[in-house]
Amino acid sequence: MPDLMHTPLHDLHTALGARMVPFAGYEMPVQYPLGVMKEHTHTREKAGLFDVSHMGQVIVGGANFETAARALETLIPVDILGLAENRQRYGLFTDESGGITDDLMLANRGDHIFIVVNAARKAADIAHMQANLSGVTVTEVADRALLALQGPASEGVLGTFDAKAAQMRFMDVATLSLAGAECWVSRSGYTGEDGYEISVPADQAEMLARALLAHAEVEPIGLGARDSLRLEAGLCLYGHDMDTDTTPTEAALAWAIQKVRRTGGARAGGFPGAGVILKELEDGASRKRVGLLPEGRAPMREGVPLFASAQDGTPIGKITSGGFGPTVGSPVAMGYVTADHATKGTTVFGELRGKRLPLTVTPLPFIPANFKR
Amino acid sequence: MKFTEEHEWLRREDDVVIVGITEHATAQLGDIVFVELPDVGTVVAKDDEIVVIESVKAASDILAPIDGEVVEVNEALADNPALANEDATGAGWFFKIKPSDPAQMDAYMDDAAYKALIA
Repeated sequence: MPDLMHTPLHDLHTALGARMVPFAGYEMPVQYPLGVMKEHTHTREKAGLFDVSHMGQVIVGGANFETAARALETLIPVDILGLAENRQRYGLFTDESGGITDDLMLANRGDHIFIVVNAARKAADIAHMQANLSGVTVTEVADRALLALQGPASEGVLGTFDAKAAQMRFMDVATLSLAGAECWVSRSGYTGEDGYEISVPADQAEMLARALLAHAEVEPIGLGARDSLRLEAGLCLYGHDMDTDTTPTEAALAWAIQKVRRTGGARAGGFPGAGVILKELEDGASRKRVGLLPEGRAPMREGVPLFASAQDGTPIGKITSGGFGPTVGSPVAMGYVTADHATKGTTVFGELRGKRLPLTVTPLPFIPANFKR
Repeated sequence: MKFTEEHEWLRREDDVVIVGITEHATAQLGDIVFVELPDVGTVVAKDDEIVVIESVKAASDILAPIDGEVVEVNEALADNPALANEDATGAGWFFKIKPSDPAQMDAYMDDAAYKALIA
């Protein structure tokens, strides 16, 4: 495929028989010979290895952690200064109208902050930070791959490489030596399962991936199952479940904004769109992202319009992600509905092939999270 | 057995024609998670969209390969769509159609021609 970038694991994907597709400017594996359904189930039951090297890895450095944290808090409405050393936290970049320009993970790695952003947004995010942050350096880490090892067997597998991996708790970060490679590891992921994300030098990535895959519990998993896993886990996909037209409160991500950044907090506001975002945190939003369970067997995908009634009326929202949930055993979806239809148990109707089919507003996640807290 | 360019197979059984999709098609689609079948008694014309199948990847339509009346549908497939992946030309059949013009079958490919198409 011309003009598409390759990750350091491209040759391995090909050797493993992956079906490659274009994604965010990269040629990425959508599935391996196991197939999406079995890859999904394998990750929930054992462990799956994902190549997420297309994502952006960025270091924000300054005189010390506090300098970098204070700078980033001008762009991100979360408590970064209060993040303990070797801990990670979810965050958002917002714009002046209160919309979300990307979501990200932030880690306090002692003297700097390590950030992981979405592939499709990394160039924009880096430019945004470089243009708006002063007194800090913003450096893309282009010489590292990023792997995710996800599923209940992950701890046992990674523990054979470095026993310290097993001692980490959910959202801890650590530098571990894995098969001789210096890796920046976090205990986190995008599947709702226990697991790790592993930043590894690009020239050692294939070696480490092969060593992980040598464990009988570990199978390679493509983007297809990554999507159904994160959907069952109720996790947002940027550009689909949130974007510049959705605010944190609308996206049901208010939990990510700690008290200290809210009205009355010691470092309230001071980020783009604070006026809109802080007001909505107090008053609520007119629409909200919710989980939706189609009552029938037909999957309802992104773009399906939602109605309050089976017969008439104007749309009250739309589905932003949807498909079949292999672990749930039925279709699952998420989308936006007006606040008066966002209560759990509410029935709404999706229009599919000319028919209005019922869905039930359902708390997220669809499956209980399996984190090592 | 005959084959269409849309990767359906047709097999005559007495005075009806059984229709399904080929193994090649199910392999391309990936895991099938939903099949919406027509009502028995529906009178269809060739190329009518009469079945919707959803795989883990996307929705696609199955066209009526010939004119006729749908006389039976595979209810087992509605409950267990994976049958289409597991046994595409057997237990994973979609519907039976009573043709109004059995000669329409003759236009379709035989086994050798279909194998050449997907090679």
